[in-house]
Amino acid sequence: MMNGTLAIFRRELAGYFATPVAFVFIIIFLLLNGIFTFYVGGLFERGQADLRPFFMFHPWLYLLLMPAIGMRLWAEERRSGSIELLLTLPVGLFDVVVGKFLAAWCFTAIALALTFPVWLTVSFLGHPDQGVILAGYLGSLLMAGGYLAICACLSAATRNQVVAFVVGVVVCLLFTVSGTPIVLDLVSAWAPHTLVQAIASFSFLTRFESIVQGVIDLRDLIYFASLIAFWLFANAVVVELRKAG
Amino acid sequence: MAMIEIERLVKRFGAFTAVDGVGFSVERGTVLGFLGPNGAGKSTTMKMITGFLPPSSGRIRISGFDVAARPLEAKRRIGYLPEGAPAYADMTPRAFLDFIADVRGLTGADRRRKLDEAIARIDLGPVLEQPIDTLSKGFKRRVGLAQAILHDPEVLILDEPTDGLDPNQKHAVRTLIKGMAATKAIIISTHILEEVEAVCTRSLIIARGKVLAEGEPLPEDAGWRFGTLEAAPGRLDAVFRQITTGQSSSDQSAELAA
Repeated sequence: MMNGTLAIFRRELAGYFATPVAFVFIIIFLLLNGIFTFYVGGLFERGQADLRPFFMFHPWLYLLLMPAIGMRLWAEERRSGSIELLLTLPVGLFDVVVGKFLAAWCFTAIALALTFPVWLTVSFLGHPDQGVILAGYLGSLLMAGGYLAICACLSAATRNQVVAFVVGVVVCLLFTVSGTPIVLDLVSAWAPHTLVQAIASFSFLTRFESIVQGVIDLRDLIYFASLIAFWLFANAVVVELRKAG
Repeated sequence: MAMIEIERLVKRFGAFTAVDGVGFSVERGTVLGFLGPNGAGKSTTMKMITGFLPPSSGRIRISGFDVAARPLEAKRRIGYLPEGAPAYADMTPRAFLDFIADVRGLTGADRRRKLDEAIARIDLGPVLEQPIDTLSKGFKRRVGLAQAILHDPEVLILDEPTDGLDPNQKHAVRTLIKGMAATKAIIISTHILEEVEAVCTRSLIIARGKVLAEGEPLPEDAGWRFGTLEAAPGRLDAVFRQITTGQSSSDQSAELAA
């Protein structure tokens, strides 16, 4: 069982680097991070040694970039027909789902790790709270995993990568802003209070912001972990249901 | 014990019945040909045998393992070339075969030997390091075949293994299949009649999801027999048309003349 997951993980991860995907993605990720952190976020102007301006924009970056990573995970297999090969190898479906997801997540982690010069800059200029920074990175990675799991599942529903991307952005957006007035104002007019609260609790933004401030609440970790698990499970179900089409 | 046992296999897609009560078994040493028009249900049957699609009803056993109940045990014993020989376009044949060997859990000396053997048998040496994307149709098909035979499976399911190949490549693939036949149970699908004569030891004519006739070669290369119909060597097409359209060839020529 581990054999299969590991083999698929390795193939997928190597796949990013076999094509320009990895380099284009990493360069754009770093470039956008730099622009947002230093120009929009004003890292220097704030005069504080922390990475809030850096992490602040991650949800919005991921909103566009994670669907770009996730869209091909299954849509491409279905379009090329390789899904038939993959699912007739002696590997369980869930092992394949997990292997693919972990590879995409690991690739994101590599891109995220390459932002270390920002951390070096802040550490060089001042004395930031390293614990808070670590929490920020952890939170960012968890959140990226959430976005990826959503996009992986949606990618399994279509053989068209453009559709997978667009639907991925929309669903990710809903999860991102469900705690903000954009969504809550729409709902609070008619929905019972508990439902409004439930919707608000899905918000990536709210949870991520508290993690970035260094407040690691176990509930936030459990939220992201169970969100990933749920969407991966849904991913397997969608693959199973749609593979004939 | 038959290596492939299939009982009353049915597959419905909504209101459409793609496979309608197909049943047969295949012993070691047999090359069974699925012969039928396009859309007859050949590929769908193969997708069910290999565990890709779940049947609507019916039962499939591979070396005694029920595909629905013990899918991994069954899949370990099968080598499968899906229709169109899909592979990962960005990979080289070597990386692709390494991946298949990884998934199939091959290790150490056994792994090296099996990889070398498959590469040599299929003659992939010259293109091993080129992206599959850039290969000709013939080589892509051969990469798919190498993947299917890599783990030396007891059961081989080949969906149109010679489709799109030139005559020399067709000949090479048929020789390869015949060379492996003694130790395996093999099913190939084709709509090329000469292929049945060239490699198969048995054949099923399938149309509209049903097995319409079962055929065997006559002794001393005297052609093939499908039930009560006999076909001289090289003359399978008349029998095929008669079985799949329900008309004898003289009817058809009369129809054309009219």
